Amino acid sequence: MTMQPASTDIAARTAAVVAERRNLEGPLLPILHELQAEFGHVPQEALPVIAEALNLSKAEVHGVVTFYHDFRKEPAGRHVIKLCRAEACQSMGGDALAARLQALLGIGFHETAKDGSVTLDAVYCLGLCACAPAALVDGDPVGRLDEETLEAIAAEVRS
Amino acid sequence: MGLIHEIDYGTPASKAERQVTLTVDGFTVTVPEGTSIMRASMEAGIQIPKLCATDMVDAFGSCRLCLVEIEGRPGTPSSCTTPVAPGMVVKTQTERLKQIRRGVMELYISDHPLDCLTCAANGDCELQDMAGAVGLRDVRYGYDGDNHVFTRNRADGAENFRWMAKDESNPYFTYDPSKCIVCSRCVRACEEVQGTFALTIEGRGFDSRVSPGMHQPFLDSECVSCGACVQACPTATLTEKSVIQIGQPEHSVVTTCAYCGVGCSFKAEMRGDELVRMVPWKDGKANRGHSCVKGRFAYGYATHKERILNPMIREKITDPWREVTWDEAFAHVAKEFRRIQYQYGRGSIGGITSSRCTNEETYLVQKLIRQGFGNNNVDTCARVCHSPTGYGLGQTYGTSAGTQDFDSVEDADVIMVIGANPSAAHPVFASRMKKRIRQGAKLIVLDPRRTETVTSVHAKADYHLALKPGTNVAVVTALAHVIVTEGLFDEAFIRERCDWSEFEDWAAFVAQPHHSPEAVEKISGVPAETIRGAARLYATGGNGAIYYGLGVTEHSQGSTTVMAIANLAMATGNIGRPGVGVNPLRGQNNVQGSCDMGSFPHEFPGYRHVATDAVRDIFEKLWGVTLDSEPGLRIPNMLDAAVEGSFKGIYIQGEDILQSDPDTHHVSAGLAAMECVVVHDLFLNETANYAHVFLPGSTFLEKDGTFTNAERRINRVRKVMAPKNGLADWEVTQKLAQAMGLAWNYTHPSQVMDEIAMTTPSFQKVSYELLDRLGSVQWPCNEKAPEGTPIMHIGGFVRGKGKFIRTEYVATDEKTGPRFPLLLTTGRILSQYNVGAQTRRTDNVIWHAEDVLEIHPHDAEQRGVRDGDWVRLKSRSGETTLRAQITDRVSPGVVYTTFHHPDTQANVVTTDLSDWATNCPEYKVTAVQVSPSNGPSEWQEEYEALSKRARRIEGHMAAE
Repeated sequence: MTMQPASTDIAARTAAVVAERRNLEGPLLPILHELQAEFGHVPQEALPVIAEALNLSKAEVHGVVTFYHDFRKEPAGRHVIKLCRAEACQSMGGDALAARLQALLGIGFHETAKDGSVTLDAVYCLGLCACAPAALVDGDPVGRLDEETLEAIAAEVRS
Repeated sequence: MGLIHEIDYGTPASKAERQVTLTVDGFTVTVPEGTSIMRASMEAGIQIPKLCATDMVDAFGSCRLCLVEIEGRPGTPSSCTTPVAPGMVVKTQTERLKQIRRGVMELYISDHPLDCLTCAANGDCELQDMAGAVGLRDVRYGYDGDNHVFTRNRADGAENFRWMAKDESNPYFTYDPSKCIVCSRCVRACEEVQGTFALTIEGRGFDSRVSPGMHQPFLDSECVSCGACVQACPTATLTEKSVIQIGQPEHSVVTTCAYCGVGCSFKAEMRGDELVRMVPWKDGKANRGHSCVKGRFAYGYATHKERILNPMIREKITDPWREVTWDEAFAHVAKEFRRIQYQYGRGSIGGITSSRCTNEETYLVQKLIRQGFGNNNVDTCARVCHSPTGYGLGQTYGTSAGTQDFDSVEDADVIMVIGANPSAAHPVFASRMKKRIRQGAKLIVLDPRRTETVTSVHAKADYHLALKPGTNVAVVTALAHVIVTEGLFDEAFIRERCDWSEFEDWAAFVAQPHHSPEAVEKISGVPAETIRGAARLYATGGNGAIYYGLGVTEHSQGSTTVMAIANLAMATGNIGRPGVGVNPLRGQNNVQGSCDMGSFPHEFPGYRHVATDAVRDIFEKLWGVTLDSEPGLRIPNMLDAAVEGSFKGIYIQGEDILQSDPDTHHVSAGLAAMECVVVHDLFLNETANYAHVFLPGSTFLEKDGTFTNAERRINRVRKVMAPKNGLADWEVTQKLAQAMGLAWNYTHPSQVMDEIAMTTPSFQKVSYELLDRLGSVQWPCNEKAPEGTPIMHIGGFVRGKGKFIRTEYVATDEKTGPRFPLLLTTGRILSQYNVGAQTRRTDNVIWHAEDVLEIHPHDAEQRGVRDGDWVRLKSRSGETTLRAQITDRVSPGVVYTTFHHPDTQANVVTTDLSDWATNCPEYKVTAVQVSPSNGPSEWQEEYEALSKRARRIEGHMAAE
């Protein structure tokens, strides 16, 4: 499991990230992306540091972070599966696949396996409707999902 | 009477000059370009259904209820976000619109509780109104699905993770998320109106919720409890606790807040004679519909259990108080005052008028003293705050008041705030200023501390000149040095409006090398480049407006700084039009008025010297007495004379000099030496510990009158309930005057105003009739300006030519040294007001329960002081103890505290040094030492015991 960095480290690191990017036009999102890349999530302790440095209120930063589902409150597992739950994929048997994948992984949507191996997210349209049902596995698109591919994916991420 | 319903036009007014004509439902309407269809329609008398729109904030277009059809345009655009166009033909009610609106409303109500009958907003709910307006008859979706309304899912009884409990952390209002329709009005009010940005919408889609701070309770968030969100909320989501407790009000009266010098207009909303809530009035020209935590919520002191309602007398201040009838009290005071005058001379008594009371009351107190006491021993608390303003602006421009109205800030391009922290002390003005800064105006702040005004979100200061306390004159003169030596002055303006030779003399003076930023950096600690940058910005950035506060005046060179500021504005041509000017931010609700009303020992109403025969003649004829042509005693002189034994009696209306005046030991010695101290106040204040007679006062809710705010605006104060003590303050003064044999016979304060108008040229045309008609008026209000004067010195200065005056920096005698190495400066915080007599008796204490000492980490470490430790604060005058707060808001070498709490007694520490011209005390600079301590000082303990003894009332249980 990833060790949680101490909050003083987070503050210091956040300050450094902010310092590098504060002169960009609209620096908040690039800063949040960098923090997520660094910590695997956007730590709550980072928010007041960003707010003060950018002359924003804490509420504003909180509003932006919570608006985007991709900014995580806690680190994700080592692998991340994003299964599309939007209309096109649903019409191609997505419901059954969703149930199957949850059973295979033993976790629900927006949960991380206890051993930290995998996080399962629901997303709404990957733009891969032509290859529905579709998913992103660690950032790579996978189309025409069926039970077999799911089992292979599950085996891979749990190994 | 009835409830005043203000029209909500849905979107703010457009300031454009070009007019546009369109038709709405067949009616022709002409509005300024840029007006929304919604507003235009309302102007035509047609109210388009709406939920997310309100005219205090910009259009948002999220509720989809205000849709209209426009001929020649496809679809159904929202009327709040669509501006009018010439010849546009708008339909607000068609079959298609009706269906859409009903459908939208049905969706809203499918996630809203149906408990209207028991809901606090019943009778004042826009959601309910709109459901009625669109003819909602059925909600087909039921309540079994996903919702934010029920604690448990109706289908399976499982806990509903979407449901959030009510947040009751704020003492004055509640947040009930189950009633929220996520219209964002509260979020936008917090951002656009208040400028705090404490609220946001977290999440997205059906997860969207209003979140204070980072999903925190309101009290823990950045919320400053101004009430703008509560006012904006169309449902019961944000509701005043008083409305929940009492119910909806049934009538309202427009009146004026009795806290700071902004002078906000409020609707006092009443049920019978019970005050339900104070709601800022949109037509109020000082506040334009906004408020702060004090005016909006902190009125509970009016009914606080410690308020004294019966007159009281005692022989000695060590005796317990004895309650008496009003008649006994008046007879006693009259007898004592006459005895003292007989025994010690006519000049042995005097009085102090109150900046908290009305103009009429203040006028009557000074009249009592001049006519009844036969001397000019009258002074007021402005002595200790803005007397240098009166002197400095009087000398340079010819009037003892600010030059602009508050609306002027909307046209400012560069705003310079000197020695003031409006975010804390003048919050409603601060909100208006920050709004302008968010639109692009620049901000320069001169303050030893990094205050809230320096660091506001989205309104950060471009330049912060963190000067050493006491070096104002040097820094402001250095700004002038840059302007003169770099040729940034406005020669045409100076040649036309000022005396050119005086300017040349002044220019040569400020150009001297010892006024250069580089030289001044050594004295003030402000980097020379910062001074240069600020000076260039002010001189060349467009309309430059200066706002200043007690950080300017409460110094040994207070008057000099005021003149230095006046010079700056003249030299750059920033006088006499909207967006510029020199504006004192007055501390108290009526400090401007109390000065105008002749509260100074050398001046009659309208700032006319007592030695002027023609002026004395006016009053002598009217009052039928001969008036003293010699100026009387100022407050510090009265106290000195008392200690010496020649001043023996004083009538103090609504002021707590023991707590608010400097060098507490000296004040207490003076009071203790008097034979008849009469205190007229709401509470047994600290001064009353030394009083022989206590006359109970009335609150601003209990009397008629006028207050004059910092922009010279005369606002009406209207009685909304009978005085709980039986008599309004003006009646008390009148009865006292009658007991002393004066033939006064006023039956209403309007008659006092008529007398003021008759005798005082700048008030010549002021009458209650005029005030009722115009809402308010800014003096001068006379033949030349029958409807008042929003901006002064247009086209020329009142005194003729503007006068440049040399301003040499002289360091204060209060110097740091080995024994007292730190400089103490004092200030205010948002939730408390002045000596706190009122705000300490409200729930505002939740934000500020005690005064703390701010100290820089470096200074704290040297002294072994940790955050929250008790420390001893010692000066040459005295010592006190309080808790330390370690912060880098103050610079090393500077410590800071407030004076809101009597048990701290910060003024035990301040010295008796004062302004050279006006005796305004130097509160802002005291050399001190700070050391760890384990509890209250000897003085604090002695004083605590004395207060307990002095507050005993016969037949009552001990007060505390």
